[in-house]
Amino acid sequence: MEREVLFRIRRFDGKWSYWQDFRFTARQGMTVLEGLYLIKENLDGSLTFRASCRMGICGSCAVKIDGKPRLACETQIFDMGDVLKIEPLDNMPVLRDLVVDMDGFFRKHEVVKPYLIRSDDDYKNPEEFLQTPKELHVYYDFSLCIKCAACYSACPASATRSDYLGPAAITAAYRFCADSRDEGREERLALVSGSNGVWRCHFNAECSEVCPKSIEPAKAIQKMRLMSAIHMIKSIFR
Amino acid sequence: MIMEVIRYDIVIIGAGLAGLRAAIAAAEKSREVSIALISKTYPIRCHSVCAEGGTAAVLREDEGDSFDLHGWDTVKGSDFLADQDAVEFFVKECPKEILRLDNWGCPWSRREDGKIAQRAFGGQSFNRTVFAADRTGFHEVHTLYERSLTYTNIVRYDEYFVTNLFIEDYAVKGVSAIHLKTGDMVFFNAKAVILATGGAGRLYGFTTYSHQVTGDGLAIAYRAGVPLKDMEFVQFHPTGLIPSGILMTEACRGEGGYLRNRNGERFMEKYAPERMELAPRDVVARAMWTEIIEGRGFEGPYGAYIALDLTHLGEEKIEERLPLIRDAARKFAGIDPVEEPIPVKPVAHYTMGGIHTNMWTETPVKGLYAAGEVAAVSIHGANRLGSNSTAECLVFGRVAGEKAVEYIQSRNYVQITKEERFAEEKRIFDEFLGKNGDENPYNIKKALNETMDRYFWIFRAGEEMKEGIKKIQGLKKKYENIEITDKKKGFNTDLMQAMEIGFMLDLAEVVAVGAYTRTESRGAHYRLDCPKRDDERWLKHTLAHYTPEGPKLDYIPVTITRWQPVERKY
Repeated sequence: MEREVLFRIRRFDGKWSYWQDFRFTARQGMTVLEGLYLIKENLDGSLTFRASCRMGICGSCAVKIDGKPRLACETQIFDMGDVLKIEPLDNMPVLRDLVVDMDGFFRKHEVVKPYLIRSDDDYKNPEEFLQTPKELHVYYDFSLCIKCAACYSACPASATRSDYLGPAAITAAYRFCADSRDEGREERLALVSGSNGVWRCHFNAECSEVCPKSIEPAKAIQKMRLMSAIHMIKSIFR
Repeated sequence: MIMEVIRYDIVIIGAGLAGLRAAIAAAEKSREVSIALISKTYPIRCHSVCAEGGTAAVLREDEGDSFDLHGWDTVKGSDFLADQDAVEFFVKECPKEILRLDNWGCPWSRREDGKIAQRAFGGQSFNRTVFAADRTGFHEVHTLYERSLTYTNIVRYDEYFVTNLFIEDYAVKGVSAIHLKTGDMVFFNAKAVILATGGAGRLYGFTTYSHQVTGDGLAIAYRAGVPLKDMEFVQFHPTGLIPSGILMTEACRGEGGYLRNRNGERFMEKYAPERMELAPRDVVARAMWTEIIEGRGFEGPYGAYIALDLTHLGEEKIEERLPLIRDAARKFAGIDPVEEPIPVKPVAHYTMGGIHTNMWTETPVKGLYAAGEVAAVSIHGANRLGSNSTAECLVFGRVAGEKAVEYIQSRNYVQITKEERFAEEKRIFDEFLGKNGDENPYNIKKALNETMDRYFWIFRAGEEMKEGIKKIQGLKKKYENIEITDKKKGFNTDLMQAMEIGFMLDLAEVVAVGAYTRTESRGAHYRLDCPKRDDERWLKHTLAHYTPEGPKLDYIPVTITRWQPVERKY
């Protein structure tokens, strides 16, 4: 089955921002990412977007499609209307067309110490840590974040406060705080409890709504708030 | 134009599993060395995140596994083309890597008692594949990336596209790269360079590879005079999802899935009665292709296919062990594997060949190392076993990082000269970006993909390959006359992709000429006109050297320590 579609793409050439329409015939099963490649390879070589795995695991191709952040590779053209409005993600500076500058987004992730912290870390002689399936289950779903920044783009708190860590970073912090092998909870909580951290969230839960991996960052933020409250009370009495 | 020169003791190109592992190993060995980690994508966008099934390691000697067994499985799987000293070293190092990743936070799947779980895999005679559901590579990459953030001497250069390698007196001295964001060229002056840029899978049209796996490091090294080894050996994974080619992990069969033809038969009983669906990939892929050619495949809108049947495993097991597979099959083929079989066929998946290195990841150029899929150490020989590739990235990534630190201690920087820098800028921005011919580079890529899919697929034959070589050479001619539409500086992906296509054309020729010349069948290289393995004439590695007229081949012996070649049966 084939169908005429129109991609209305928000373009930016470094200076000017404008909409451009591309019309082509899509076949059933074609994804928005395949549509973008079709345009680049046949209609306009200057169309700029990021893409890599085309199977929803690398996080490169998040864009806004009809106003909502989505992975282009996981979005079927036939699931959308005849006109698809495609724009770059929000809350990050646009570099070119659909490519936004993600350096700031990644730096915020780094800030929360998103790694296992242990006192007995031995590089030369690693040992097997035990972790039951039940303990794994506590944090596992939150370890599935592909850092596509869909949540960050949809987050109203990130839109109004540029220093807010954002849903992805706080989810990463929670993922490690909830890991039975980790000993760095207090250290990490100190980092996310400030004015740029968990209390900044408006709890509109747009992040959970748009997450292509169904991770529910809003839930992670809520859990981190609880941990953070306990951390703050403890630090008063310390 | 600004020409920035930045100095680092060690420059690592590629930030997938091998590159990240090398960076951490170097930083662990010395907090004093300066390390640049350069990648054309952000690290977690690398292709390693697509590895699904797992990583092989002998963890349970008390339960019957042994280094001996893993070594033998690997050598037999390689159809005896692996270097056995490298294999013996490799299998002993794998367990440490699994435990390190555990200590760094990798969410390994677990047994009830809390120990790391392992599953069955093709050609592995013990359940030794460690896994994190069916997203093993994803979790490994994220774990290493996160860990890498703790070292202040690792400096990342994300979204820098490397264009060239500078060598003087047989020693490496640096690389050039385009900073995608600004479009400026940056020169990295280095005492040692580690290449970790992955394979060359996008030579093929039907492939599991991510879009960016275009063999950049392979081609850059090859053009700079470093030989490529055994490039004719390309792995076809048995189960690529139709029509996209997305990988349906071997773990589907490791967890008990069946392959069926249109008659409902588990046809593997004819080809590998003992191992059935869990024979090595070359054996299973050939069996499936035979079923298809002989008319026993299912007919679908995208041609014939084979059914990967998981329906008997039940929803609970599929959700626990193969959640990504279920999700991908639903999203990309509209099929729920709990309810119905998945349509699959063999798909280009792995580059066994690579930059010629010894077992310490050293190339013939001093200070230049290669690790991971870009390298041919060689532990995979003519056919890699599933779950040995992520293991290789970890083990040899570490080796490369440590070796580079040892090497730089007694080295001084050798400057990339002004002339060299001007020449590289001129080559890229004046000559290449200025191209205004009448060939669309993407049409050339498409034609290359079709050529490789047709002439250098699972079954090959002399006359056809000759035809294929001519086509590749014709495409190389056309490529001289391409047009680059996008002339802007910042984030010019048109320029980058046009260069990648050039890399692929050179590599395709190496694969093609190597395959045509090797008049035997071994591992993944199967010739209808020479269907037997010929140890007398061909138990040797191919080395391809760059010349402007095309690859020049010579051969070196295979290292055999303990296991003499025997007939390979499964």
